[in-house]
Amino acid sequence: MALSTPAKFGASSAANLTARITGGKRDVKGRVVEWILLTTLGITLLVLVALVVNLLDRAWPVLNGRFGDFLSSGLDASNADEAGVWQAIRGTLTLAIIVVVVSFPLGISCAVYLEEYASRSRLARLIRINVRNLAGVPSIVYGILGLTIFVKFAGGITGGRTVIAGGLTLSVLVLPVVVITASEALRAVPRSIREGAMGVGATQWETVRSHVLPSAAPGILTGTMLALSRAAGEAAPLLLVGGITGLLRTGNLGLWEQITEGGFTSMPVAIFSYARQTGADFQAVTAAASLILLVLVVVINGLAIWLRNRFERNW
Amino acid sequence: MRRLFIAAGLTTLLVTVLIVYTLVKDAVSFFIDVPKYELWTIGWFPRRGFFDIKTLVVGSLMVTGVAMLIAVPLGLGVAVYLSEFARPRVRRVLKPIVEVLAGIPSVVLGYFAISFINPNIVTVLAPGANKAFNIAAAGVAVGILTIPIIASVAEDALRAVPLSLREASYGLGARRVATTFRVVLPASISGVVAALILGISRAVGETMVVAIAAGAVGGGLFSTDPFQPGQTMTAAMAALGFGSDQVAGDGLAFQSLFFIGFLLFVLTFLLNLLGDRLVRRVREEY
Repeated sequence: MALSTPAKFGASSAANLTARITGGKRDVKGRVVEWILLTTLGITLLVLVALVVNLLDRAWPVLNGRFGDFLSSGLDASNADEAGVWQAIRGTLTLAIIVVVVSFPLGISCAVYLEEYASRSRLARLIRINVRNLAGVPSIVYGILGLTIFVKFAGGITGGRTVIAGGLTLSVLVLPVVVITASEALRAVPRSIREGAMGVGATQWETVRSHVLPSAAPGILTGTMLALSRAAGEAAPLLLVGGITGLLRTGNLGLWEQITEGGFTSMPVAIFSYARQTGADFQAVTAAASLILLVLVVVINGLAIWLRNRFERNW
Repeated sequence: MRRLFIAAGLTTLLVTVLIVYTLVKDAVSFFIDVPKYELWTIGWFPRRGFFDIKTLVVGSLMVTGVAMLIAVPLGLGVAVYLSEFARPRVRRVLKPIVEVLAGIPSVVLGYFAISFINPNIVTVLAPGANKAFNIAAAGVAVGILTIPIIASVAEDALRAVPLSLREASYGLGARRVATTFRVVLPASISGVVAALILGISRAVGETMVVAIAAGAVGGGLFSTDPFQPGQTMTAAMAALGFGSDQVAGDGLAFQSLFFIGFLLFVLTFLLNLLGDRLVRRVREEY
């Protein structure tokens, strides 16, 4: 009988069986609970929609009226008609470059040490616990670290309240994120890959360089992009290390002098400056700047998540 | 190469050591120098010598409380739905969207709090609330920030429960609700609690939302009314550190920055340690 049972018959008999066991009663409680849970999800998604709609609505005067001018104007928290974001965008890009250069090699190296060289040593265990705790330290505390170490102690090298000090502070802030995600990516690479390389005589470093790291690359890349978007959206530590909130005069400093000795701002810091001003025209400026930052961060994040799902491999 | 990698690992330890060192050094000298009665007065006005710690702690607790009121039901609801009720295809679409929520910069949510949450939600539900800035609006926005953290940690915990437990429950005739709430949830309870603790830790440490939406940038009187402007530990630190305020230089007001920073660090450190331990317990069990 089992051989000739059509799928349809099987399915209906399963339904019959369910009906017999449950006495034909429908799972009312299950439905109700499912709807309640679905509502919580709906509210959460609705928040996202409300956020975007509200920003578009408030930003409309700027988006429609003087968007080009807005993109090319500098930071000015006293006059909404002159206010813009180009200094902020430049600041955020410079900060991002510093984060990429400093924290990515450092974080990935740390992860390689933890996963490939010392997975069971006591030092590695200590570092692991330490990294997890660092990941939970509030961002403003990193601002204090940046202020004391990068602005004051190492002021001779960083130039004080410069974009370099800001970038180093953000690099330290995202370091745990890079380490944790890179570790996870390395851990997902199966032993057989390593054994294969070792088996043909590769040294540990050769194994890591040409087998383990390439296999883990998509996962590592995802983690670094999440870290980058975190850095791009962070304002609190930058306020402490000197991110400028009022009016940023670049004067006639060259690009390099601007980086090594001039003041700096960034998108989140500029949004904070504008959000503190009152009046509908500043509302529009704040909303427009928020929209730009939101798009930037969501695109980086979305790309990272897509990348992860795209390259998710079950070895 | 090995040495290079060890050095990278040691850098992370150095970061912790430096954080603790910078915080402790100035926090201690603040605590020694400050007249103790100034730590318990009418409010937080660091430039005028009023260092009322309870103003900040109560402010932070109120923001965290409101945030949890929003984030716990929504975060756990999302976690349970995605893990136990959603079909795989639905889950594949919805989970990334929730993750996007986690990426929203806090300054943007701070602006959302004053431009949408306060006028459209808080002042409608509580007509007496301050029209421009108040703790409740900031708390709701912090709650929105916390939802994805609670949802993702709790969902991981729920999914760590082996399928065999669910199948056994179904085999005994339990339906989905009973299986979810009597079998899966109790089995993963330490992970769910960890999600809440990590959420609280995130909410306590959130700075920009509060700095934008709670008002009281320079200082504030002691208050327990969530519908009025208020000051939190984090917002007070931001106010001390930027703009004209940093002119205060090396005086007591400036050192109080390190003192609050130290309190905040210790508080979040303990919460994270606890949360982390609970997360690992779930992983070890299954």
